[in-house]
Amino acid sequence: MAALIQVKNLVKHYGDFVAVDGVDFDIAEGECFGVLGPNGAGKTTVIKMLTATSPISSGILTVAGMHVGENPRGVKGMLGVVPQDDNLDPDLPVRKNLEVYARYHNIDPEIANSRISEALELFQLTDRAESDVDDLSGGMKRRLTIARALVNDPKVLILDEPTTGLDPQARHLVWQQLRLLKNRGVTMLLTTHYMEEATHLCDRIVIMHRGKILTEGRPYDLIATHAGEYVLELRLPADERDRLLSEFDSGSDPDLAIERVEDITYVFGGTFANQLAERVNDPRRANLRLGNMEDVFLRLTGRGLLD
Amino acid sequence: MIANIIPDVSIGALRVWQRHRDVFLRHWRTELLGFMIEPFIVIVALGLLLGRFVELDNDQTYVQFLAPGLLALFPMFAAVFECAWGSYVRLEMQGTYEAIIATPVSVDDAITGEILWGTTRAFINATYILLVALVLHPALEMLQSPWVLLVIPFSIIPGLLFSCISIAFASIARAMSQFSYFFNLIINPMFWFAGAFFPFEELPRWMQVVGFFIPLKHVVDVYRGLVSGEFGWSMLISLIWLCAITLAAYVLAIRLMRRRLIQ
Repeated sequence: MAALIQVKNLVKHYGDFVAVDGVDFDIAEGECFGVLGPNGAGKTTVIKMLTATSPISSGILTVAGMHVGENPRGVKGMLGVVPQDDNLDPDLPVRKNLEVYARYHNIDPEIANSRISEALELFQLTDRAESDVDDLSGGMKRRLTIARALVNDPKVLILDEPTTGLDPQARHLVWQQLRLLKNRGVTMLLTTHYMEEATHLCDRIVIMHRGKILTEGRPYDLIATHAGEYVLELRLPADERDRLLSEFDSGSDPDLAIERVEDITYVFGGTFANQLAERVNDPRRANLRLGNMEDVFLRLTGRGLLD
Repeated sequence: MIANIIPDVSIGALRVWQRHRDVFLRHWRTELLGFMIEPFIVIVALGLLLGRFVELDNDQTYVQFLAPGLLALFPMFAAVFECAWGSYVRLEMQGTYEAIIATPVSVDDAITGEILWGTTRAFINATYILLVALVLHPALEMLQSPWVLLVIPFSIIPGLLFSCISIAFASIARAMSQFSYFFNLIINPMFWFAGAFFPFEELPRWMQVVGFFIPLKHVVDVYRGLVSGEFGWSMLISLIWLCAITLAAYVLAIRLMRRRLIQ
């Protein structure tokens, strides 16, 4: 089956600065696809090109076979966009926000009305329908922004850091609702720098750094490949740590990697990490835990690699 | 190249206009009083009180002289407030445009809708002031000719023009404080020197030459003709000049706003 979104060798430069440097990926229908990366990795630039608000420098970008550059209105009509910063219309109340948005999409008012009621219901905003947008909490605004992105029944929902700035309760509620949408078969493209978010929601992930894709795969495959099953976090003074590391023979484990990030030393590689943890025998100073997406991220984008 | 200059306008412009209309219909009551009182203050303060000390060559009372100016000035302000401050707030602080252009509405649609709304505000304002002048006519005789009714359709042209100029400035402004430049260097001189408060011919020769390029001067001239019923060829020249500069300002506004929003 042809991919719903196709991105081939996508490049974006602003003058001499290359924001996106040859990116390739496909998103299949019904898939939740995650783009991870630190700030400035180029995630938002990819989204801007996809939503036709930033011209492509070179490469190919299609949605349902339609080229963004050739038919921006057609492509934008198929997308539901949830931007990084809420840009709800503060001059209009909650329900009117969605009505005006449906009108931008030229949706028949009757169809729009039933969709709006449904979206407000789904995002638990029905009783706030006449409220001022400014009176909503951060979490409610986010939910309303997602509800707004659904009024045109989009082929793809684009979420740019959907939970950034939310408190944990609000974040979990948003995740729950995104999972619900996913189960209904809504295709999603999600950017985030919360690893947990990506692991929870995404079928497939790419990690971007400095405009390039470093790796691509299913979350648990990436963890297995780049972090391993166990990771040890060492919080020891430098001299004590070096003494400890020199006591063990690390030559035998091919997956072993040791990485220093500020005052914490991460040890990747099962056997060695286990040995160290047993030796220190203090979980506050040597914490052995399961590998996670954050480890993958740090290993691929971090610095200070020892070998 | 040519395709780039021609604005990419669709029904989306109407959608944006409808958005502004809906916001207006939600808030108009709070604006109403100030809006209604404005022309009365000027008619009383300048027209009647200051006017007592003014003697004109052509037997007009000062308030009669002032009538075309009032019809030109307040609609200009209506368009300027909507498309300079208003547009800047929507552009920079509320992210309204960002949200709009993520839909099938193009940047050109959004700007065109904005300009059409500024024009609508100017139109409403001109109509209201004409109404005030008509109501006061038995006492003040501000209007001397039925041709003055043409002010209503004509007000669309300056409405478009001042909306375009304002939004062009909003698209290059980097901070709210920069609007004081716009106001003090462009709008304010236009306000005082366009011949609304004194006969333009009284200005020194060189100022008249410079003044010819002030758009508001031509609006006042045309209105003076319509209010008095005395037509001249210069009105046609003013009309053509206004249409030309409106078109240029529109193309400029679109280009500048594209540059601001599409990067």
